[in-house]
Formats: sequence, C-alpha cells, structure tokens
Amino acid sequence: MELTGWRLLALAAPALLGGYALATASGIFLVGLLPVPLGEAVLAGNLLGFACYAVAVIWVFALRRPVRAWLQLLLASGILAASGLLLRGQLL
Amino acid sequence: MKGTENSQVAVPALGFRQSMTGLHTWAGLALGWVLYFIFLTGTAGYFDTEIDRWMQPELPAPQIDLPAADTVTVLLARLQREAPAAERWFITLPADRNTPYPQFFWQGASSSSSRLTVDATSGEAFTARDTGGGQLLYQMHWRLHYLPRSLSNPVVGFATLFMLVALITGVIIHKKIFRDFFTFRPGKGRRAWQDAHTALGVVALPFHLMITYSGLILLGFSLMPLVVAAYYGTDPKGRQQFIADAFDPPGLLEPAGVAAPLAPLGPMIATAERRWGEGRILFIDIRHPGDRNARVLFHENTDDSVSTGREQLVFDGASGALLHTQPPSATATANSAAKGARDLLIGLHEGLFAPPLLRWLYFFSGLLGSAMAASGLVLWTIKRRQQTARRAGGPGAGLLLVERLNAGVVAGLPIGIAAYFWANRLLPLDLADRAGWEVHAMFLAWLAMLIHAALRPPARSWAEQFAIAAGAFGLLPLLNLFTSDSHLGQSLAAGDWTFAGFDLTTLGFGLAFAWAARRLWQAPETARQYSPRTAMGESL
Repeated sequence: MELTGWRLLALAAPALLGGYALATASGIFLVGLLPVPLGEAVLAGNLLGFACYAVAVIWVFALRRPVRAWLQLLLASGILAASGLLLRGQLL
Repeated sequence: MKGTENSQVAVPALGFRQSMTGLHTWAGLALGWVLYFIFLTGTAGYFDTEIDRWMQPELPAPQIDLPAADTVTVLLARLQREAPAAERWFITLPADRNTPYPQFFWQGASSSSSRLTVDATSGEAFTARDTGGGQLLYQMHWRLHYLPRSLSNPVVGFATLFMLVALITGVIIHKKIFRDFFTFRPGKGRRAWQDAHTALGVVALPFHLMITYSGLILLGFSLMPLVVAAYYGTDPKGRQQFIADAFDPPGLLEPAGVAAPLAPLGPMIATAERRWGEGRILFIDIRHPGDRNARVLFHENTDDSVSTGREQLVFDGASGALLHTQPPSATATANSAAKGARDLLIGLHEGLFAPPLLRWLYFFSGLLGSAMAASGLVLWTIKRRQQTARRAGGPGAGLLLVERLNAGVVAGLPIGIAAYFWANRLLPLDLADRAGWEVHAMFLAWLAMLIHAALRPPARSWAEQFAIAAGAFGLLPLLNLFTSDSHLGQSLAAGDWTFAGFDLTTLGFGLAFAWAARRLWQAPETARQYSPRTAMGESL
C-alpha cells in the first residue's frame, strides 16, 4: 500500500510542523543544558537542532500514526523547551 | 489506496523500510526540482571567480601581488571621502583566487553600501560591462534570484531539510549499500536507472551529507530563529547582542561619541604580515572609525585551512596598539567549540580553501549531486509508467506532469545557464539594467525549454533539449573567440587557465550533451521505457 493523498498529508503535517517544534525545542533545551557562555550555547543549539528535525521526520513516518505522532512530538517539545529555559533561569 | 478500513488494519504490518521508501519518494518528489536547481547553480559556484573573469574579459590581470599597505591607503581614502560618518568600514584585500581585486563596503547609522569591487591602484570601479558574473550565478543557489529573502530562505531551507531526510532514508532503504554500489545493470531500463541513482548517491555520500548539513547551518538562524529568540528576545537589539556574543572577538566597545583620528594602518599591517606572511591579510574590519573607541580587526587569509575562522588581530583604532589575538576558531585554544564546528562546516561547504585539484573534485561531487536528484526524478516516472502499464487506464495527470517537468528542468536548466553566458557576450554594452537582462535571458531560455517539454512527447524532448544544450555549451568557446581577446588560441598559449579552463569545460559539456542527444536519438531503448507495452513485457 502506498503513501498517497490524505494519508500522506496526515503524516507530512506532524513530520514538518511537529518536527520543527521538536527541533527548535531541542535547540532551546541544549542551550539550557550546556555549561558554556550563552552566545556559544545558542550557536550549539542551533547547530544540532537540525539533526533532531531529520530524526523527527523519520520517526513520524516509521510510526505511521498521525494523531499519536502529533501528541508525542508536541509533548516532548513542550517539556524540552520548558526545561531548557528553566535550566538557564529564563522562566523564573 | 482502497478503503480506509483496510489501510488502518494494514498499518502495523508495514515494514520500516517500506515506510522509509514512501518518505524517500515523497520528500524527493516534492522538492526534487528545487534541489536540482540548488545543486547545479551551487556547483557552478565552485568556479565563481573564474566565471566572473570570463564574464568580464576586459578586466586587468588579478591584483594579488600588490603591497597591502598601498592598496589599503587607496581604499581608505575613498571610504573617508564617501562615508566619513560610517559605523563600519570593511575592506577585502586581493589575496588569492577568491579575491582577485580589492572590495569594500560600509555600514552607516542610516544607510549602507553594497560590496564594491574596485581597482587597487585608483580605488575606482573598473570600466567593464555590467554583469552579475559568477557571483550572481552562485548566489542563485540559495537566493533563488527573483524571490525576496523572506521567501527564498524558507524554501531553500526546507528543500535542504528534505534533502537530509532523503539521504538518511536512502541509506536505510539500501542497507546493502556497498554491494549496491558495485551493482550496475546497464541497458535494463528501470534497473539501470535504479542502479545509477543509488550509485550516484553512494559514491559522493560524504559530500552530500556534508553539503546538506552545512547548508542548513548557513541558513540556521533564519530557519530556526526561535532558539536565538528564546534567550535574546525578538527585537533587533537582542539579535545584535547574540551576534556580538557568538562571533565578535573580545575587546570591542560601543562608540564613545568622542572624536579621535584613526591611527595609521601601516604599522598594524606590518604587525599582521609579520605574523602571517606577506599578502595574507584577507579582511580589515574597522568599527566606529573616527571615534575614540574605534577598533580595527585584521582577519588572516583562510587559504591554508578548511575552517573559515582564522586568526584575528584586534587593534585599538585610536592608539594603534594591539589589544587582542583571537586564535583560529577550529583549534583547541579557541574559546568556542560551537563556533569552531560552525566555521569548519561552513569552510567545507564553501570550499574557498580548495586548491585546483580539490576544487575539481568539489565540482564533480556537485555534478553527482545534481545527477542524483535528476535520476531520482526520472526513476519515479519510470516506476510509475510500469505500474500504469499493469493496471487498466492511461497514465495519470501527475505522471504526465512529472515526465514533462523532468525534461524541462533537468535538460532545460543547463540550457538556461548557457543562455546566461551567451547574453553576457551578446547584449549591447549600454543596455539599461544589463546585468538584470543577463539573468532574464537565462530564465526566459529555461521557460522556453519548459514550454517545449510540455508540448513534445518526453522521449523526444529529452533528445532535442540535449541537442540544444550541446550547441549552447559547445559553441561558447567560438563565441568567446569572436567577442574577446581571451580565446583558446590566446589563453592556451599564455597559460591563462582561467579562460582556457572555462572554454575547455564548456566544450566538454557540449560534447557530453551531444553524446547523450545522439544516444537518445538513435537508441530506441529510452523511448521503449515510455512505451507501456515494452514496460509490461519487461515485468512479465
């Protein structure tokens, strides 16, 4: 069975948008985690975020369940971004 | 797809590799043509300054042997005259192949100049034909020329991301990657295309991965602005602060608002050349000239390292004292590992360090990437043709569209690039917006090829467009003979490899296209792939 039409779109949306959220959130988390000056940490977060994007896209297509992919990606993104900001003391 | 119930049941049964094949196909097809454009114009960019030279044959020989102090004096005089109140003066010295002539730009409180190339002896622009040159051709690969940055950045960014996904899934699909690499079954239609596509991907896989990831890094801040914004805010002030934090060497100050004449640069140049060797200063970056807090940054040439982050010297612009020595970013003594990694990736992407042999390797790797994207697109149509032949009914609209776009893009774009060179030599010198019309000629020629491909049967349009490309490239040396003094007879005799290299390369492309056209014209095999009957016979 092939990936076409709505089935493809239903997977592409969480892969692209959810993957984007996860990539950005991973970058933010990494900035919080790294014990280096802020400018350098942001640079590192930006460098590595894209790898997370590629992994997220592949993961969504391997899972093949759009709703579950959305939920897990957004949940993971929220947790990662929040803990990154907490670690740098940006939320308190 | 038949019935949602069935597909819901079938979902868990689908293998991982099958899912990856679906993703690979989708990602490749969605942005394959954009990727082909990016790959091909970017590949031309590895010879950007050589193309510049060919497109302005009236320019003098490169000025890389002039003493730096003299050139700086000439350029400073011009900057002082033109932009005395600027916040920043930036001078690029002619150092090697990458910068044959000096350049400068300035940024002011309210306005800024674009980068100007000037004569090192006079500081004035050369009198030469108006052209975008090789620089414009290479910039198309991420600026897409007609689009604003706000649009081209996300388009190119997502195309690059799809490329990364397509590469990773491609490796997953072909887990027997080394065996596949040595497998080639020529003349067997679909299998030959499959083998070619795989081999093209595998043979330059390290290059593809490097160029794709570093391409993402180059667009990084515009593609993922929220990582920066989360910590520095969204206003321009915060962004400037980030750039200062991440990239500037220590010791830079805000302007004091107290005037102080700029210290003479001669002693600073002498200090820098004592450290790095004569002629190895690449940039001089002057912040707040004429202010008591002025700083003068010297950047070492990157020609002896892959990384773009070479040593920097920071001088006090008022007293002339050396304040700080910033080590190369990719060394252990540098203070930022992230900047080191970034400079290394960007250096690899741009290949500015590459001596001629390596530069050719870059060029061929880029061509392999272009061919990989192209063969993937063709492969999709061939597979789809075979499936259509097995089922009832004719080919769908999608297949017909992709088949026609493939011919018009894969063969049509090179013709557009050749048209860019033809326009460079044939447009009248006094034409208004001449440089703009060179590019219009490129895209108009390409548009003509797309229309041609839409009207002709695919098997024919491939052959015809390859024949046109053969003429368009193969005759360029002849055009050069009639429109400049740097033709092959002269350039070969003088050992001028910039001009001779351009002419011989285009001649090579012309011959290759002629060979391809002849093969498609004579051999019915390619046409056969498009014939449903033979495709069916093959699958039985």
